[in-house]
Amino acid sequence: MANLNTTHSEHEEHTTTGLNNRKMLMWAFLGSDCMFFAALIATYVIYSGQIVGGGPVPEDVFSIPVTSVSTFVLLMSSMSMVLAYSALVRGQIKNFQIWILSTAFLGMTFIGFQVFEFRDFVLHGLTPKTNLFGSTFFVLTGFHGAHVTLGIIWLLSLYFFSLRGGVTPERHLDVDLAALYWHFVDVVWIVIFTVVYLLGVFPGI
Amino acid sequence: MGCTPDHPQSTFNVAGPVAESQLTLFYWILAAAVFVFVIVTAILFWAVFRYRRKVSDKDPEQIHGNTKLEIAWTILPAIILVFVAIPTVITIFDNANSPCTYEEGCLEVTVEAAQWFWNFTYKDPSNPDLEVMTSNEMRIPVDEVVNIRLTSRDVLHSFWIPNIAGKLDIVPNHVNTMWIQSNIEGEFYAQCAEFCGIAHALMSFRVYADSRDEFNEWMKLQATEASIPAEPLALEGKKLFEGEKQCYACHKVMGTKARSNVGPDLTHVASRTQLAAGILDNTQDNLRKWLEDPESIKPGNKMARQATVYTDETKKLNDPEISALVAYLQTLK
Amino acid sequence: MVSIPFPVVRPLKPVGIWGWLTTIDHKKIGVLYGTTAFILFLTGGVEALLIRLQLAIPNNTLIAPEVYNQLFTMHGTTMIFLAIMPLGAAFFNFVIPLQIGARDVAFPRLNAFSFWTFLAGAIILKMSWVLGGAPNAGWFGYAPITGKIFNLGHGIDFWIVGLQVLGVASLAAAFNFIVTIVNMRAPGLTLMRMPIFTWMTLITSILLVLAFPVITVALIELMFDRTFGTVFFVTSGGGDPLLWQHLFWVFGHPEVYILILPAMGIISEIIPTFSRKPIFGYNVVVLSGVIIGFLGWMVWSHHMFTVGLGPIANSIFAITTMLIAIPTGVKIFNWIATLWKGSIDLKSPMLYSIGFIVLFVIGGLSGTMHSSAASDAQQQDTYFIVAHIHYVLFGGSLFAIFAGIHYWFPKVTGRLMNELSGRISFLLLFVGMNITFFPMHFLGLDGMPRRTYTYSSEMGWDLWNLVATLGVFFIIAAVLLFLHNVTRSWRKGEKADSDPWDGRTLEWSIPSPVPEYNFVEIPIVKSRDDFWEKKRSGDTAEIELNLREPTGDIHLPQPSYWPAFASLGMLIGGFGLVYLLDSMLGLLAAVVGGMIIMISIYAWSFEPVNDPDVSGHH
Repeated sequence: MANLNTTHSEHEEHTTTGLNNRKMLMWAFLGSDCMFFAALIATYVIYSGQIVGGGPVPEDVFSIPVTSVSTFVLLMSSMSMVLAYSALVRGQIKNFQIWILSTAFLGMTFIGFQVFEFRDFVLHGLTPKTNLFGSTFFVLTGFHGAHVTLGIIWLLSLYFFSLRGGVTPERHLDVDLAALYWHFVDVVWIVIFTVVYLLGVFPGI
Repeated sequence: MGCTPDHPQSTFNVAGPVAESQLTLFYWILAAAVFVFVIVTAILFWAVFRYRRKVSDKDPEQIHGNTKLEIAWTILPAIILVFVAIPTVITIFDNANSPCTYEEGCLEVTVEAAQWFWNFTYKDPSNPDLEVMTSNEMRIPVDEVVNIRLTSRDVLHSFWIPNIAGKLDIVPNHVNTMWIQSNIEGEFYAQCAEFCGIAHALMSFRVYADSRDEFNEWMKLQATEASIPAEPLALEGKKLFEGEKQCYACHKVMGTKARSNVGPDLTHVASRTQLAAGILDNTQDNLRKWLEDPESIKPGNKMARQATVYTDETKKLNDPEISALVAYLQTLK
Repeated sequence: MVSIPFPVVRPLKPVGIWGWLTTIDHKKIGVLYGTTAFILFLTGGVEALLIRLQLAIPNNTLIAPEVYNQLFTMHGTTMIFLAIMPLGAAFFNFVIPLQIGARDVAFPRLNAFSFWTFLAGAIILKMSWVLGGAPNAGWFGYAPITGKIFNLGHGIDFWIVGLQVLGVASLAAAFNFIVTIVNMRAPGLTLMRMPIFTWMTLITSILLVLAFPVITVALIELMFDRTFGTVFFVTSGGGDPLLWQHLFWVFGHPEVYILILPAMGIISEIIPTFSRKPIFGYNVVVLSGVIIGFLGWMVWSHHMFTVGLGPIANSIFAITTMLIAIPTGVKIFNWIATLWKGSIDLKSPMLYSIGFIVLFVIGGLSGTMHSSAASDAQQQDTYFIVAHIHYVLFGGSLFAIFAGIHYWFPKVTGRLMNELSGRISFLLLFVGMNITFFPMHFLGLDGMPRRTYTYSSEMGWDLWNLVATLGVFFIIAAVLLFLHNVTRSWRKGEKADSDPWDGRTLEWSIPSPVPEYNFVEIPIVKSRDDFWEKKRSGDTAEIELNLREPTGDIHLPQPSYWPAFASLGMLIGGFGLVYLLDSMLGLLAAVVGGMIIMISIYAWSFEPVNDPDVSGHH
């Protein structure tokens, strides 16, 4: 998270590998988060095609066109995140603020699409309780959505912080860490979109 | 020691090819293990004794390693393990593939495990017209392959007759299969070997390997309906069983109104050697004790916790009723 | 510099309880872990004692089956998650920064958070005993008996939430130690010059990072089944009990290496020190650890040999399991080779280490027997497995922990433990352990299944069950004597100097007990066993400097409230999750807990830095 102050200047702190401690921490955390999503995706894949007792299956509820749009939105948010970081590093605080706010809004749009989609599925008779597809789908995408939401909160915090002058080029690491997290969450979505949505509807691919 | 073959569930008392192959493999690995243990501990103790510190000691030579030694003691265990791995894989496949499947004409028994008893349904190509379903006691023909299909009604259980074969777990939503064979006639103890709740420790059964002729006789008996008792006390018991005591709600007695399979089948309960899933000798006394207070014999069992005669004080069985029921049940040969 | 008005001032030099609550000093945190975990170890021991008392005679009625099932579940869960793992963490915390020449870990507040969250998880788990019943489905909680249909009360919910909270603590610690070891080593301390204990800690931490998320997912799926009606493991909805087993053991097998690698690390420090020789085959010992860490991911289904995976899967996992025996054996041979031609001092740490080797070899060999899937069909789920587990975890991990406590006690406290008492404890523990657990090999082969609250006399199991129970009393005597030794020596033990064992690694180059700043000046490392080399070659200027008072200021991070406060949020939120559906209070607790955590995260991030002019000065 953004730090007003650190124990001592981050970019002066010497480390054995030269890599910043907090950056390494974020990578280690992302490693664990990788395994987390891997286990959820594995559960989905193992159970896919095994619908006991009726209830909707992927073809019944998925709308690839709609989800493609939300996927595109999330991808664009990664691009605006890159632009935000780049603006900060070059001292363009105003641009940084625009781009980070855009990232947060694009993220919120993605979540909006998810909420819409979940509602739509429920109306079609698919809830987490309905069958294995419902259970695995909602828990997997729900936890992904939770990750996105936490990311949005983080980005908005950075935005409001920068309004008070708290985000400077020297503090670029704070934004770098948020960006790493954000890109990771995006990559996970690409995997989910492919494995769950595309392969769910077009199994031959 | 563990090598007490006379203990009823000893894995050293092998009665058939599957258990025997498993024991042989065990001895083989045990030999290797003992060999390794003796050598390693001998060298260890010798080192500790020989090189213990004396006050006059200077620093010993600071040896950092020896590549040749490292290679040697990596390769040697690997070689030993190859000699363990090969018989292991062979035995795994031998024990997995039945030498005589049902389609090939050998007996098949479908086991249904439920908290905390066992149902056995027979499909015998040698007795194609007989429909046999019994509970808690399994009989098999000696010297023949018996194919086992394992199903669960509720939670995980495990099917284990130590003298005859290693265990195979019973997984809900799966059908696990194995083959067993006993080459010795006699009685074998079996016990559930996967934790399955309160009465897991008391979920056993008996297996009897009989000659083919005796087995055929048993099959015929098991396939027949229960006879109607002649003696008045037993008749009274039958009336209670099928009436106000509601035993019929959970127990089946073929040929009568009692058709439920919630609990064990009782059609030929008097022909079995044990009661309550292999934990009580089947005597009049024990049967009586069981009906008086099943909870005290098998804590947590469903009959004690759910049958109205045990949960409702006003509907309790009194002594004459128990006598009648015992008399009836004892006619169910 | 922008400042945000901050109502809570970061504490300066708190004393007493507040000192402990706000500490971010790795040494204090190590002591907190060690004492808390040891107390929990004793509770796990009581659970075991009750089990053994019930099994001492056939058809015993001391413990009812419902209670018995909670006892064996809690015994396993306590010993693994609340005793051995945090005792390992105690050593990581205290020793690692000292061994790598650092002043603290990479993230001191995160470190404190790990401890307090561990405490929260421990409370959640242990409180289940008095809040309606402890979990009762075994320490690996196999579905579907953990589902709502078969398990109505809250015991399993406490198990789920407790383990999730503990998982957060373990992950936070693992992240911390990875960054610390990789990034905060003293100049000259290359990876291949690090002490073996540091290496094993690094590998263990990587295993934690990759393994815990898998059980996190399994527990989430189970919790959702129980609380929100999903069907992951509900058989009527198509759920497959085997999925639980796969997920659990993909975590569970690396977990057992998480339990044993730190122990092997400790032994790898003690044997060289008390033989006055370097570890034999350093490169190979390190490589073996790495290989074990890697191969540990490929053996998990050996816990599932009897579930019906089929001969191909069983054969593959049998072979991978046998493979992992090789690097394990190689380590053992290297330890013995270290002893060979050494100058062996049989003080308590060394006695426990030698005991470790003997007992771990036995456990490893019974493990090899299990690896043969075919004969394992007779051993699985019997007391033969219980024997194996206890030889590797008690004879292995626990003996190493006792060894480590004796070894590092002078560094922590500045005093020596009593040597005679230590030797007697060792003997009692070694003898008791064997009397208790060796007969279990016989019981297993004699057909006694595990997790059974009673047995009938006709089985022939009476004798060895009684013997096993008698052994427990030797263990109790050993532990009580050990406790007496620790508590007495802490206050009144013979004073120890900085290097009581003629050690080889950096922690012995600084005073005992260790000053808050650890090193006056961070050493410049020139070789493996740098301290030993410098001692023997007379290159002692740096050593002498580190034994004196510092001349200038040493900047240290200030204590903080937020780690403990965040853990409080975990505790309250955890209870909320257990009672989520019961009442509004549960939901409220969950929400309040979550809010406390969020507030803590923000406060932690924006906490004013310690003013270099004011704090942590020496």
